[in-house]
Amino acid sequence: MAVVEARGLACTYRVGRRGQPVHAVRGIDLDIGSGEIVGFLGPNGAGKTSTLRMLTTLLRPTAGTARVAGTDLLGDPAAVRRRIGYVPQGGSTDGGCTVEEELRFQAAAYRMDRVRTRTRIEAVCEQLDLLDLTHRRAGSLSGGQRRRLDIALGLLHEPAVLFLDEPTTGLDPHSRANLWDHIRRLRAESGTAVLLCTHYLDEADALADRILVMSEGRLIAEDTAENLKTRIAGDIVTLELDDAESAVPLLKALPLVREAAALGQETLRLTVNHGGQGLAEVVAALAGRTIHSLQLVPATLEEAFLALTNQDA
Amino acid sequence: MLRDTAAVFTRQLRLSLRSPFWILFGLFQPVVFLAFYGPLMTRALADLPARQAWQLFVPGVLVQLSLFGSVFVGFAVIAEWRAGVVERMRVTPVSRLALLLGRVLRDVLVVLVQAALLLAVAVPFGLRAGVGGILLALAFVGLMALSLTALSYGLGLALRSEDAMAPVLNTALMPLLLLSGVFLPMTLAPAWLRDLSLANPFRYVVEAIRSAFAGDLGSTAVLRGGAVLVLLAVLCVGYGARTFRQQS
Repeated sequence: MAVVEARGLACTYRVGRRGQPVHAVRGIDLDIGSGEIVGFLGPNGAGKTSTLRMLTTLLRPTAGTARVAGTDLLGDPAAVRRRIGYVPQGGSTDGGCTVEEELRFQAAAYRMDRVRTRTRIEAVCEQLDLLDLTHRRAGSLSGGQRRRLDIALGLLHEPAVLFLDEPTTGLDPHSRANLWDHIRRLRAESGTAVLLCTHYLDEADALADRILVMSEGRLIAEDTAENLKTRIAGDIVTLELDDAESAVPLLKALPLVREAAALGQETLRLTVNHGGQGLAEVVAALAGRTIHSLQLVPATLEEAFLALTNQDA
Repeated sequence: MLRDTAAVFTRQLRLSLRSPFWILFGLFQPVVFLAFYGPLMTRALADLPARQAWQLFVPGVLVQLSLFGSVFVGFAVIAEWRAGVVERMRVTPVSRLALLLGRVLRDVLVVLVQAALLLAVAVPFGLRAGVGGILLALAFVGLMALSLTALSYGLGLALRSEDAMAPVLNTALMPLLLLSGVFLPMTLAPAWLRDLSLANPFRYVVEAIRSAFAGDLGSTAVLRGGAVLVLLAVLCVGYGARTFRQQS
């Protein structure tokens, strides 16, 4: 069952009264299944934040429709708000409030009764390692702790879908790894769907079941990280052998080899699908020749992303 | 709506009480005014009996307190917006009007406490007014704070920049203050200046409080001041609520 189902969602605005219209989002279709973690990638200005703001009722779409958490986004934004969680980019807490005060306010904002307030605050504090910090002011927390509080606030009312906007920006590697664990556990424990907006491709690769790439207001790719990497980037094999040039036609004929080129008399560079398998195929085809060295560099999401978004630039 | 307002109010009040010094700081200016300018002004109005001079002067200081205690609150909401707090609240089902009213009521309470303290200080200086007059004056001060803080929050959220907010406020404050008859009654002004001051809503508030202090609780001045303030409150709260509701 889909928790987000957007069709032709668009947002156009004008800068100034007579300014040229800016098409921030040009009609996108977007689906998120329940319990799914979807990575949302795109260069700055691609329209990610506008999309997120539309889906969280902060920005009114100028065209299109969407059902979010089972409710019509345009028809009943108030009902949508009850069922979604949003963790804005760059924080959401007042440095003067304690962790507990922020959580209690959030509970009141969702109109929880006394019992539910207590049990839910305990649950999210446990889930996000905040139990020892409840009496600390948000302003005195470390970057990672404060981010965990932001996420706890977004999860307090057990939303069907959580919108995370660049959750690990500015965190040290330790806090990032820690937060990743928390996001993974989220799905395992509560089945909350997550739309994860990020600039860190390793983050999307590590966490997301599926990846959406946005560029210039459009969705330009939608697939698993694995497929994007194989389809768009491919694994790179570098070989050293005598008379490299003569091996090129032979290797190009192999089903898993996408590209082959000699980089000199003794060096070959190949782009292959399914690295390990492709490599085995290459080695088998070169039986009888002496291979001096062999190197396999697996495709990264980064290469796939750059290849995708450069086509548009 | 009421529960939402109470939740926002409690949160904001707790934040204010965490630094109570600022509430006292807000009082400093009006008390200095009372102590250093009051004796001068009452002397200048020597042909009035001293009692009457204080009854003319204190309402002006009250309006000044209410004005300065209110219009700068928009800076705080810019900081909250920057911290992401406003966005976070706007994604919850909390009533948008409550987001404004909870904040505004906290500010009204702070201004009322300051006004009560100011009145307590003014009595030994020579202010004489009945209980009814005092209560009515506090009601006017409260309504004025309600309007101006709502307006200031609206401006803060619309401008989202301290650099834009400061000149706007400073430009508006000076003429509003000078033309309200805070320092001297506008009846002493030349005709053109007096006519100009008729466009200033706070002039009517000063006059209403003066009339209330004189014991004239049902006077035209009081009714007119009340009507002006109610109208102002409706306009300002409407504007402020719209900025909290806006999807942009």
